[in-house]
Amino acid sequence: MEGEARRYARTHEWILMEDGQAAVGISEYAVQELGDIVYLELPESGRTVKAGESLGEIESVKAVSDFYAPVSGEVLEVNPALQDKPELINESPLTDGWIVKLQIENPDELESLMTREAYDAFVAEQT
Amino acid sequence: MAGHGCRVRPGRNLSALYAEFVTGDKRTALYEEHLAAGAKMVPFAGYLMPIEYPTGIVAEHRAVRAGMGMFDLSHMGELVVAGPGSLEAVDRLVTNQVSNLEMWQARYTPLCRDDGGIIDDVLVYRFPDHIMLVVNASNIEKDEAWLRDRLGQGPVLRNVSDDVSLIAVQGPRASEFVQRLSPADISSIAYYHFIDGEVAGVPCVISRTGYTGEDGLELYMERPERARELWRSLADAGRDEGLIPVGLGARDTLRLEAGLALYGNDISDQTTPLEASLGWTVKLQNREFTGSDVLARQRDQGVGRKLMAFSMIDRSIPRPHYRVYLDGKEIGEVTSGSFSPTFNKGIGLAYIEAEQAKVGKAVDIEIRGHRHPAEIVKKPIYSRPG
Repeated sequence: MEGEARRYARTHEWILMEDGQAAVGISEYAVQELGDIVYLELPESGRTVKAGESLGEIESVKAVSDFYAPVSGEVLEVNPALQDKPELINESPLTDGWIVKLQIENPDELESLMTREAYDAFVAEQT
Repeated sequence: MAGHGCRVRPGRNLSALYAEFVTGDKRTALYEEHLAAGAKMVPFAGYLMPIEYPTGIVAEHRAVRAGMGMFDLSHMGELVVAGPGSLEAVDRLVTNQVSNLEMWQARYTPLCRDDGGIIDDVLVYRFPDHIMLVVNASNIEKDEAWLRDRLGQGPVLRNVSDDVSLIAVQGPRASEFVQRLSPADISSIAYYHFIDGEVAGVPCVISRTGYTGEDGLELYMERPERARELWRSLADAGRDEGLIPVGLGARDTLRLEAGLALYGNDISDQTTPLEASLGWTVKLQNREFTGSDVLARQRDQGVGRKLMAFSMIDRSIPRPHYRVYLDGKEIGEVTSGSFSPTFNKGIGLAYIEAEQAKVGKAVDIEIRGHRHPAEIVKKPIYSRPG
């Protein structure tokens, strides 16, 4: 995958490969639906997950949502900036507001995720 | 992501044309204004109401604390009582004394059943020739039926909820702002008093009341087109002054910081005003009212549980129905909980066993399977400066 190689899950997480690691976050649509994010329950480094398993919880003023691993792998890092500033996800969902970095098990799993174009069409159907 | 718990329904794309048909929900006179402003609409008490605008709950809340914000509260109910003996008849139904209200004065009071359970919490306004009760949107029909049954011969009751719109302007700069649009002397309206006046050319009742813990005014007017006119005038005049529309999401976080009860969460027909820390609204001396004998007994014997405010120690957010623990033992239940934009942490209200209901007590709140530390604090958590 090259260029803007971000992929999206039906549950509104995005995943982007960078130097062999996968950064995971949530989309602008997810952020818009949630509203101001105020609290996060995030996994510990070293935790392994299967694709579709809950990685934790994202809580806004009015709603709590699970966020799911788009692919299987091991949690390498959790974004330290989110500890004091969960609203960073609202401000910058695709870049500074990344949530975890994963060591992915099986790159083939990325192929079953949506491209940006497909995701935009998927979102248009929701609304 | 998947939602659970208090999920927000994205309703913003419902066409105005078929909103009511599809959802069965009523609309206030200002519905189109909210859509035009990009509000997220949600069903609330049978109405489609703005929960937040693109500004977001946190910024809307902070705007009210720092400056001012305006709210569409037209979903609230207004019941008018007129005729001989009205004030005395109402006085016999409410826990707080209203028989001694001055004209143009308002008072907050629970309305109780014979067993002391709270039917609603209301504002009683004494006009020269009638009484207006302002009631919660979710209780309009219930309150009307109760009052019709209990007011007795003499007083006549009219439900004018569908005719009356209500716009609140709240915040430290609210009064000064409304003054610029009104020939009336706004600063002379004392707290919990009101006048018949005019704002931006629209006749309205101007009341110094509110549900935010800030200074502010509530404007009651008739005729939907005049309500729209007033909302737009406020928006135009306020555009360069930092006035923004504020939704029900921030209304909830504001009232929670101010320690104000929400019917359905903190008070209900299963709670008495004494349990709900509303003892100051229960005036038993030389008065008889529906529920007074039960409340008098409860005052003598003490309550079994008390509504207390608490604050989280970590950054987690408490929610209604979460359990409260002390040394592993369950001692209560959360009735309201949310994020506090002023204090940047979770806060809430909970009923706590009377013995443990002490300010300063360290407790745990169980949040979706994990216990998080909290502290019982003095209510209100927020008081406006000065």
